[in-house]
Amino acid sequence: MKNKLKVLRAEKDMTQADLADSLGVSRQTINAIEKGKFDPSLPLAFKISKLFKLRIEEIFNDPEDE
Amino acid sequence: MKNDKRKDQINRMTKNLAIWTLLWVVSLALATFGPKFIWRENTTWSIIAIIINLAIGIGMIWANIKHLSVLDELQKKIQMDAMGIALGVGIVGGLSYSVMDTANVIAGNAEIGFLVMLISISYLIALFVGKKHYA
Repeated sequence: MKNKLKVLRAEKDMTQADLADSLGVSRQTINAIEKGKFDPSLPLAFKISKLFKLRIEEIFNDPEDE
Repeated sequence: MKNDKRKDQINRMTKNLAIWTLLWVVSLALATFGPKFIWRENTTWSIIAIIINLAIGIGMIWANIKHLSVLDELQKKIQMDAMGIALGVGIVGGLSYSVMDTANVIAGNAEIGFLVMLISISYLIALFVGKKHYA
């Protein structure tokens, strides 16, 4: 699934390790989500949306729309 | 740092699992070779060794569950995928190997040790491929 995580992270001037730390996951997980190799669970997606103060659909693209 | 704490927890659980696995291997070796080399076929000692091996085996399974519980969702997925592949390879390969034995395609009897090796090797390969894929 495509997402804007890398852009949002850059806007906040965060490294992958910083973001991983904030979300309580490994850096490898952040990297895999950013590359679209791994889709996060709903709880993790909510954590991401809360952190960036955006709705989930503003961060992640609906595959149906692609 | 939350992640440092998480890493410490994962390292601790990994070490715990390694210790249980080592103990299990040692107890299995004792139960296997003890009757021949240590207690000269004494059934009581053999039963004690098997019970100890079983108890440590349960501890090892518990340590594995605890280890999985501290991983994050991607790490869990990599582990579960590897376990699933290992289980599939074990069932398919193990049954083919058993049929080879009953059909007398292979010389001698099918040994369970080969099945354990097949499951272990396929698990390690799947784990390596999974880690590479999500790197």
